[in-house]
Amino acid sequence: MKNLMRYLSMRLLLTIPMLLILLTVVFIVMRVIPGDPVSAMLGDHAPVKFVAEKKHELGLDKPIWEQYIDYLAQLSRFDLGRSMILQEAVTAPILEKLPATIELTLTGLLVALGIGIPLGAWAAKNRRSVGDFTARLYGNIVYCIPVFWMGLILQMIFGVAFDWLPIAGRVGSRVMSSDFEQTGFYLVDTLLKADLKAFTDVAIHLILPALTLGITLSGIFLRLTRANMLDNLKSDFVLAARARGLPEGKVVYGHALGNAFVPVLTMLGLQFAVLLSGAILTETTFSWPGMGRLLLERIYLRDYPTVQGIIVIFALFVSVISLLVDIIHALIDPRVKY
Amino acid sequence: MKNTRVSQLPPSPGGLLNRALHAFSTAGKTYGAEWYILLVGLFIVVFMIFMTAFPWLFTSFNPSDQDAGPQLAAPGGIHLMGTDNLGRDIWARMVWGAQTILGVAFAAALISSLIGIPLGLLSGFVGGPLDRVLSLTMDSVYSFPGLILAIAFAAMMGPGVVNITLAVAVIYIPTYYRLVRGQTISIREELYVEAAQVLGAKRWTILGRYIFPNVIATTVVVFSVNIADAIMTEAALSYIGLGLPAGMPDWGMDLSMGKKFLPSGSWWLITFPGMMIMTLALGFTLLGEGLAEILNPKLLER
Repeated sequence: MKNLMRYLSMRLLLTIPMLLILLTVVFIVMRVIPGDPVSAMLGDHAPVKFVAEKKHELGLDKPIWEQYIDYLAQLSRFDLGRSMILQEAVTAPILEKLPATIELTLTGLLVALGIGIPLGAWAAKNRRSVGDFTARLYGNIVYCIPVFWMGLILQMIFGVAFDWLPIAGRVGSRVMSSDFEQTGFYLVDTLLKADLKAFTDVAIHLILPALTLGITLSGIFLRLTRANMLDNLKSDFVLAARARGLPEGKVVYGHALGNAFVPVLTMLGLQFAVLLSGAILTETTFSWPGMGRLLLERIYLRDYPTVQGIIVIFALFVSVISLLVDIIHALIDPRVKY
Repeated sequence: MKNTRVSQLPPSPGGLLNRALHAFSTAGKTYGAEWYILLVGLFIVVFMIFMTAFPWLFTSFNPSDQDAGPQLAAPGGIHLMGTDNLGRDIWARMVWGAQTILGVAFAAALISSLIGIPLGLLSGFVGGPLDRVLSLTMDSVYSFPGLILAIAFAAMMGPGVVNITLAVAVIYIPTYYRLVRGQTISIREELYVEAAQVLGAKRWTILGRYIFPNVIATTVVVFSVNIADAIMTEAALSYIGLGLPAGMPDWGMDLSMGKKFLPSGSWWLITFPGMMIMTLALGFTLLGEGLAEILNPKLLER
């Protein structure tokens, strides 16, 4: 356990160079490219003197390297700074939008795992059958379906043609989110308030976005589970289990599948970035008020600090997830030593 | 190194053709389902490239012609896939749009591989501080959500074919770098590389003639799959509205236009562009997967 802690703190320290590299690139590109917050705010025809004053006020008249060092110094105090456009701290809109993105990402992940793992295990069990071929074809096809198109198709079928499910937003017009909002995770919030009507409304709004994200990503997990199951089914412990006369179902779905979880978990850590990318696209299709829309809005406004803050938060998010994966890995697999 | 058995065969083109045909007809038996996966992928890719090269063979409509037909006409008749809200023929937009997406995706994959492969070779071969710095940089970009990075770049640089290609290319450099670096490190330890070193071969000769040819085979597979990813990233960017200048037929842009007419039930506006993106990406994925299995049966099992 002590070694694990040491390993984890090392990993956490390693996110610092990652953050630095990403931030440096974004910092420089944003400032080199034409357009800045002042012209985004005042327009191109504002008086020169006024523009210069405003730039000075925001510290934009300093050389880039000086701005860069200032920013890093600020960041080392765990301060993301204030927006250059709106009168608010950078963390304010992020804290407001982040829960929406996480809620969507996690439910999407559940759908992806719920489809991918069983189907992959089943395909491996029936290797080289028509079912196996169909499952693999499904995996390849959904991998190639753009997330946003999947969203549009589901909207078209379940939202427009049948009119069963809502296609935009997190809550309907008859429910006020301010009535229950605490953590920003609406599923949790409505449960905390024990407001069943609101909970159902929130859940119904989540179905299509979560399915969109989940189905498109299920292909990756299907393929991965299948490949690992195939290895396991050939291994000695499966042979031993069969020799002991265990029922086939238990051998396949107990022993072989159980051992396939570890690589799937590792892959989950690596695929989380893909999951987040997918979530951003799902957000644009379903008018989901999350980080993706925030990022786009603020890039157009050239709101440097907020864009940088969003990049920092995403990088931290990805690092935390990969840390969590490592911890779970160490906990469930006794062979793992750090 | 010369293979004496092969070099003794008479160089007859007819014999070569016969052997190729024979190999082609027996490949299905040798490789099983993977061979047909490869063929389907190849068919889609070749068809799409043909369509890109000779679009006028496939449609007589101009993709930007707003008088091609009535507005929002359902598929059927002379308008195979219907018309959009401006009266443009959708099939024509699909045919001409292939150029845009295929061009951007191919150029992006080419740029990333041209940067990623040499860097990976160098990093794996030289090692030391250079390797550590490069690896850290590449891993940082790799572990970050690629699309978010592409969105950030594309939005900052503004619309334009070159800008969008660069934004897509940047996020795939680490893919090539990591693959090539890993392979270079393992091949560097092979006996034949050691033999070349003992014989006094120069460092660049070892890198160029002994390591590079062994690395390049797998990058072909990754290149194909990478184009599929680049296709979807390009489509995503232009769907968000960050893509290309207006006026260029583009599938992603057509989708985001069609989205506005979703509630009115004009299903053809979003069905066909999405289907084209999926088919094109699927073609490259299947091609890559088939190649992977045939070049190295162990690769896909992992």
